[in-house]
Amino acid sequence: MTTRRQFLLATGGVGLSVGTSGIQAQMAPNEAALRRAAYQEALRKVVGDAQVRRGRVKLTLPPLIDNGNSVPLSVAVESPMTAADHVKAIHVFTEKNPLPDVVSVTLGPRAGRAGISTRVRLADSQTVLAVAQMSDGSFWSDSAEVVVTLSACLEEGLI
Amino acid sequence: MARAVVTLPAQAKRGEIVEIKTLAQHTMETGFRRTQTGELIPRDIIRRFTCTYNGTEVFRVDLHPAIAANPLLVFTTVATETGMLSFQWVGDNGYTVTEIAPIRVE
Repeated sequence: MTTRRQFLLATGGVGLSVGTSGIQAQMAPNEAALRRAAYQEALRKVVGDAQVRRGRVKLTLPPLIDNGNSVPLSVAVESPMTAADHVKAIHVFTEKNPLPDVVSVTLGPRAGRAGISTRVRLADSQTVLAVAQMSDGSFWSDSAEVVVTLSACLEEGLI
Repeated sequence: MARAVVTLPAQAKRGEIVEIKTLAQHTMETGFRRTQTGELIPRDIIRRFTCTYNGTEVFRVDLHPAIAANPLLVFTTVATETGMLSFQWVGDNGYTVTEIAPIRVE
């Protein structure tokens, strides 16, 4: 027979383990691996073998999201936006959405400021990455960690 | 009914950076959702948005299913000359919407 003390110890232990493991994945492990591979592939398609440095890009997302169906996202890139030195493209990727691409922006000095604001769907708690391609060919990036309580892009078995 | 709304200042000083807000009415169906009977709902999204200023492309966005329904896009452009800004959304199933907005530059 389980005593009250044993029961509390057991359940308390469960609660503790859930609490300390941080963000819980909501999908099967093989699915997560596949999506990570797709994410790496999408990033490689844009960046190639070039080095992506952190900085100059600012990705703004709310850290805690109630509803993943419509999440305000904005990207701003530090750049003088002159003909000689401007941002050519901005790409946003997600790690765990069914498709890694979110948005790709093509711009030039006529944009005045390098930036975009939109609303996106997020399928899970994950890291979102913004990459900016400069006119000199260099790549800069910023990432944001988000926690999603109600996910978007639901797939089979999740509805 | 395909509709879109564009907001931008009616006039600006030469060289000023103006903010443009665009909102298109579209469900942006991802192609990953299923009906209650289990059939996959086919993808139906806006693929591309283009902004042209007096015939010159100044801003282009490629959209993916991860963009929320009724895509909102906020961006900037430099007011160079008086003229027309044209906005075009192109998507699946022949979706095409074009909006035109005038701008006066002093």
